[in-house]
Amino acid sequence: MADANSTGFTKPEYESGTEYIAHHLGFLRFGQKADGSWGIAHSVEEADAMGFWAINVDSMLMSLLLGVIFMGLFYFVSRRATSGIPSQLQNAVESIVEMVQTTVKSTFFARNELIGPLALTIFCWIFMMNLMDLVPVDWIPLLAQVVAQDSHLYFKAVPTTDLNITAGFSISVFILVIYYSIKIKGMGGFLGEFAFHPFGKWALPLNLIMEIPSFLAKPVSLALRLYGNMFAGEMIFMVIALVGWVQLPLHFAWAVFHILIITLQAYLFMMLTIVYLNQAHTKSEAH
Amino acid sequence: MNLNATILGQSIAFVFFVWFCLKYVWPPIITALAERQKKIADGLEAADRAQRDLSLAQNRASDELREAKVKSAEIIDMANKRASQIVDEAKDKARDEGHRLIAGARAEIEMEIQRAREVLRGQVAAIVIAGAEKILETSVDQAANEELVKKLASEL
Repeated sequence: MADANSTGFTKPEYESGTEYIAHHLGFLRFGQKADGSWGIAHSVEEADAMGFWAINVDSMLMSLLLGVIFMGLFYFVSRRATSGIPSQLQNAVESIVEMVQTTVKSTFFARNELIGPLALTIFCWIFMMNLMDLVPVDWIPLLAQVVAQDSHLYFKAVPTTDLNITAGFSISVFILVIYYSIKIKGMGGFLGEFAFHPFGKWALPLNLIMEIPSFLAKPVSLALRLYGNMFAGEMIFMVIALVGWVQLPLHFAWAVFHILIITLQAYLFMMLTIVYLNQAHTKSEAH
Repeated sequence: MNLNATILGQSIAFVFFVWFCLKYVWPPIITALAERQKKIADGLEAADRAQRDLSLAQNRASDELREAKVKSAEIIDMANKRASQIVDEAKDKARDEGHRLIAGARAEIEMEIQRAREVLRGQVAAIVIAGAEKILETSVDQAANEELVKKLASEL
């Protein structure tokens, strides 16, 4: 169990593969314990019992750290951005920004200054978080355990394998979609889309039954798609980590494949955000 | 998997990052990109214009070259003509001069001959008189025989 006294750190031992995976899936969660005191949960059961008012310190920490790294880098570049000959770093950053801008231009047809930065933030931040999947599964948790001098510390290194993080993105996007829908089309136009599509006003109940779930499904699918892909990928890394020395080529193969997945998922999240916001900006049309 | 307050924390962080990106990151990079695009477009246009100017200048240069060739050929032609003309003129002048010189020389020779003849005549007259004196052993009255001597002399 917890080796909290800082006299020495012992390498974490697991009795079985199941325990190894279960431990790696646990969160470093801060919240109210069963006895009423606030603190870090020391077991999965304790963490599960904390309810809504708890926070996953590991996800939040990694998320903020990666966000600050990428935003700091981009800010650094933007401060010294020149229209002359760009440095290597500026070139790299510009190519990402340009990719995002091109995507926005080809997908989003209204005028909104927010969409570009929003898409850029989503793409880069999610990509950074997904990238943590490529760091060998034990490194970051082990580092956290060494820092905390606790060989039993739970620490999930990939924030996008936490549904809270992906849902945080998708709900923010969803709120933006609702906000712009009402702003552009008015409350009547926004609600009218549910009531009078796709079958006209005489099939109003049917329209509601079809449109409301499909609208609500947007944020849910957005969050679950990213979460599911990353969680599954992480799970496979963990399973591979259990098989001894054979894991090295397997890890390599899966990591190479995963490079595609993490980029694709980050791009997909950005793309769908732009598409949803574009729908929010365009007046209702037959679909 | 249970949802908890992390979702709120992430949303707040997300809003902050998007705001930061919108405010400080996106505009400078996009401005730099747009400016560079404009610069490149301007540069390409300038290159195009320069290319056009160059071909125009080349055309003009070759035109001028051709014209210059024609003109120089004309000049050479004219110079040749003029040169032969000058040579002809010089030849004529030289011939005239030669003739004149020959004529002068001839006249002078004629004059010399006359003069020599006069002298000779005088001397012959004197010899004749001297001879006659010797023959006659007397002095010939020069004045009295003047007529005779002269006649004799002119017959020489």
